[in-house]
Amino acid sequence: MMESNITLDHRIIYSIIEPDSRVLDLGCGEGELLYPLVRDKRVRAQGIELNDKAIQECVKKGLSVFHDDIESSLREFPDRSFDYVILNQSMQEVKKVDCVIREALRIGGKVIVGFPNFAYIQSRLMLFFRGRAPITGSLPYLWYDTPNVRFLSITDFKNFCKGKNIRMVASYYMGEKKLVRFWPNLFALNAVFVLTNNP
Amino acid sequence: MKKIKSEKINTPSVGVVETQHYTFAEPGREHQFKSRETLGPVTLAYETYGKLNRDKTNAILVLHALSGDAHAAGVHAGQNDSGWWDDMIGPGKAFDTNRYFVVCSNVVGGCKGSTGPSSINPATGKPYALDFPFITVADMVDCQRRLIDYFGIDKLLCVAGGSMGGMQVLQWVASYPERVKSAIPIATTLKHSPQQIAFNEVIRQSIMADPAWCEGNYYAYGQPEKGLSVARMIGHITFMSDQSMEEKFSRRLKNDKFSFGFDADFEVEGYLRYRGANFVKRFDANSYLYITKAMDYFDLSGDKLIPHGKVIPTRIMVISFKTDWLYPSHQSQEIVRLLKRRLVDTTYCELTSTYGHDAFLIEVEEQTTLIKYFLDKTYNGYLVAGHDGI
Repeated sequence: MMESNITLDHRIIYSIIEPDSRVLDLGCGEGELLYPLVRDKRVRAQGIELNDKAIQECVKKGLSVFHDDIESSLREFPDRSFDYVILNQSMQEVKKVDCVIREALRIGGKVIVGFPNFAYIQSRLMLFFRGRAPITGSLPYLWYDTPNVRFLSITDFKNFCKGKNIRMVASYYMGEKKLVRFWPNLFALNAVFVLTNNP
Repeated sequence: MKKIKSEKINTPSVGVVETQHYTFAEPGREHQFKSRETLGPVTLAYETYGKLNRDKTNAILVLHALSGDAHAAGVHAGQNDSGWWDDMIGPGKAFDTNRYFVVCSNVVGGCKGSTGPSSINPATGKPYALDFPFITVADMVDCQRRLIDYFGIDKLLCVAGGSMGGMQVLQWVASYPERVKSAIPIATTLKHSPQQIAFNEVIRQSIMADPAWCEGNYYAYGQPEKGLSVARMIGHITFMSDQSMEEKFSRRLKNDKFSFGFDADFEVEGYLRYRGANFVKRFDANSYLYITKAMDYFDLSGDKLIPHGKVIPTRIMVISFKTDWLYPSHQSQEIVRLLKRRLVDTTYCELTSTYGHDAFLIEVEEQTTLIKYFLDKTYNGYLVAGHDGI
């Protein structure tokens, strides 16, 4: 059954995760992604979220969730506690990104990272022609009112992973409604990568 | 507080209830405590609400705090004495008595119908007083387990409680993990901190410093009222927050002017005196000593809650309150960190409240949402049909 209100990045991540996996979602919101995974794929899910209301919504959906900050929440988990650690649309809100990704790779076999592409064409045009801080479909915030603290492009993230010896197992680039295959760093609003430490 | 009062009138209650008693450890089969002392017979006072289903899979054990009792919900016949968690237990409430069978028992060592220091020692015909064995939270739980055995309940759907009730919840998980499907420790800790022990020590010293305490043998003359009421006053300070005291009393005066004497000038003084004076009418001083000591001995840190390498099937929801400084959130977070290390299916919520430690009795709305859905998932699992992908 297709549900029309599911975002493209959620559809992609949903399709990546195998049934019966153990999944940790960092910044799980109201459990929009975890709930269908638990419901349809019997995933053993754990969420981490900071927003009180969102936590209540997760509990209403029967999800297990920690009220915690992403950066301080990972240390206690044993190595390989999860098959997948998801960091979707929350990495850009984290200060110590490399620390969080290193920990996520330690506790999960695979890490799924999704983020808005700062080098999207509309951002470039807005900055270049209008001299304004970019506002796009994936970066919809005014400069003084954004939860984001990190601004990166798809190329930036690829270089980051290369420099840290992190392997990219899969990559997905998204436009408004469908996948982008051509010059993603210019034409993709969002990107999703599957990372692993394994050779 | 006002809001809660009006809710009390509007929400359905379990109605008239009666405290019942279960006695075990008859002569020759005395119960041995962790202190190695023995006691028998042992009686536990308890109440139940709702109906136990045929498979006995809908039973919830609710555990009370330091001065609580078995009367958690409803009223006793002819009285207006709502139970201590009446807002949470009843038809359609967090612990929904239309669906679940809720049990609450008074702890051993207490004075509300269970065997404690004020009970008559059959060997002497007098109250046990300080001959009563020293108890621990584990002993409280062992005795409750006897009650659950008596009901023929193999596995509890949930154990839940706040403060010392939360310690008992954790102790259930430590002692009988295979017998609890889920656990809700609220505003509690893995171990009593030096600050918590210090408060309890001052509480005990204030009782024992009262000459009327008579080394615990006051039963023929009456309670050490002064000491016990001061002890309770100290307690009440720790149950509130700076903010809730400001809201409730501020610096308001009882009679609009200073007395230039040591009468209760401020409303907060009057409140504490009133609470202290009331307490001596309802709680045994020796029970207070024994139970506070049991709390101080409580320590499930390290491998004691769940041994290293052990996997437990229990789902756990930990709840704390932002302004609770008696059992602060960092202690609940310590529980959560331990549960993470053991990969226990855990939910943790820190709720916003101005009420301090008392919040677990007062903040009904958010706790109801959390507990209701948590129990529903534990009881029913995911009941969804017709979905095969998004």
